[in-house]
Amino acid sequence: MKLLEFLKRERKKSASVAKERLQIIVAHQRGQRDQPDYMPMLEKELLEVIRRYVQVDQDAINISLDRDNDCSVLELNVTLPRDE
Amino acid sequence: MAKIIVVTSGKGGVGKTTSAAAIATGLALRGNKTVVIDFDVGLRNLDLIMGCERRVVYDLINVIQGEAGLNQALIRDKRTENLHILPASQTRDKEALTPEGVEKVLETLSQEYDFIVCDSPAGIEHGAQLAMYFADEAIVVTNPEVSSVRDSDRILGLLASKTRRAERSEPPVKEHLLITRYDPNRVTSGDMLTLDDVREILAINLVGLIPESEAVLRASNQGVPVVHDMDSDAGQAYADTVSRLLGEDVPLRFHEYQKKGLLSRMFGGGRR
Repeated sequence: MKLLEFLKRERKKSASVAKERLQIIVAHQRGQRDQPDYMPMLEKELLEVIRRYVQVDQDAINISLDRDNDCSVLELNVTLPRDE
Repeated sequence: MAKIIVVTSGKGGVGKTTSAAAIATGLALRGNKTVVIDFDVGLRNLDLIMGCERRVVYDLINVIQGEAGLNQALIRDKRTENLHILPASQTRDKEALTPEGVEKVLETLSQEYDFIVCDSPAGIEHGAQLAMYFADEAIVVTNPEVSSVRDSDRILGLLASKTRRAERSEPPVKEHLLITRYDPNRVTSGDMLTLDDVREILAINLVGLIPESEAVLRASNQGVPVVHDMDSDAGQAYADTVSRLLGEDVPLRFHEYQKKGLLSRMFGGGRR
């Protein structure tokens, strides 16, 4: 039975797996490309402050910096847990 | 004024030095006065690939520190006219490589040569950043493999921000993609990223494709840049790359799967 499943399973070509993984990681890398060096630290400290009041996960916080011609917008998204 | 081309990649072992040697030699064979500089302080290898390791007396850092003149450090290539090699130092620490010193050397060379090819060390530290800092064009050497592609993308980020052209808001460094160690057979079987995959992910202009080839090791064994071996696929592919760098429109070769005939399967593929 196991053998039959194994034989029936369409093997995904490794190159297409590589491509998908690369597309994700490269997109992520490019998002970070233009951000100032202090961003990871800022993100970490903001998370610490928020955690003093609400228990949120590491990945519940999303921070980004968008630049226009004459101003920058720091955007902070925190997903708060639902009240029990 | 010379055109300064950096050969870079981020990841080590993808063929930077092989490519720098072949491209510099190819440019010189086409009649351009060319100098190729090794920026890998402490781990120089360009001299070996160029076959001049026993003629190294002075190096880039001796010149920067004023212990030798530029003309004393430059090694004339024995096989190719118009070609000189400036080796890296094997012993000194990397900090001896200063931006001011490198700028001065490049400026002086710029008066005399048509092309200055800078062979970057691996990584994204001091040496690699200096090798790319003054560049007009960059050749990003990439293997069709995940870590190499990712590192190449990192390098593209640095080229866009940490170069003189970027800092002075001049026209950006012209980026070229050079894919090396490409194996059409493995691409066909679905186990290697295709040419178009790599192109799509990195989104820069392709300047050349070098197939995985026995000729490359043979060339480095002998200290003769592979572009001299014009019977080989890799030699021809590098010659094509040089033509494209010079602005010629050359069709791509060696990217398609060659089905072996019965005879070559029985008697071996012959020389590649």
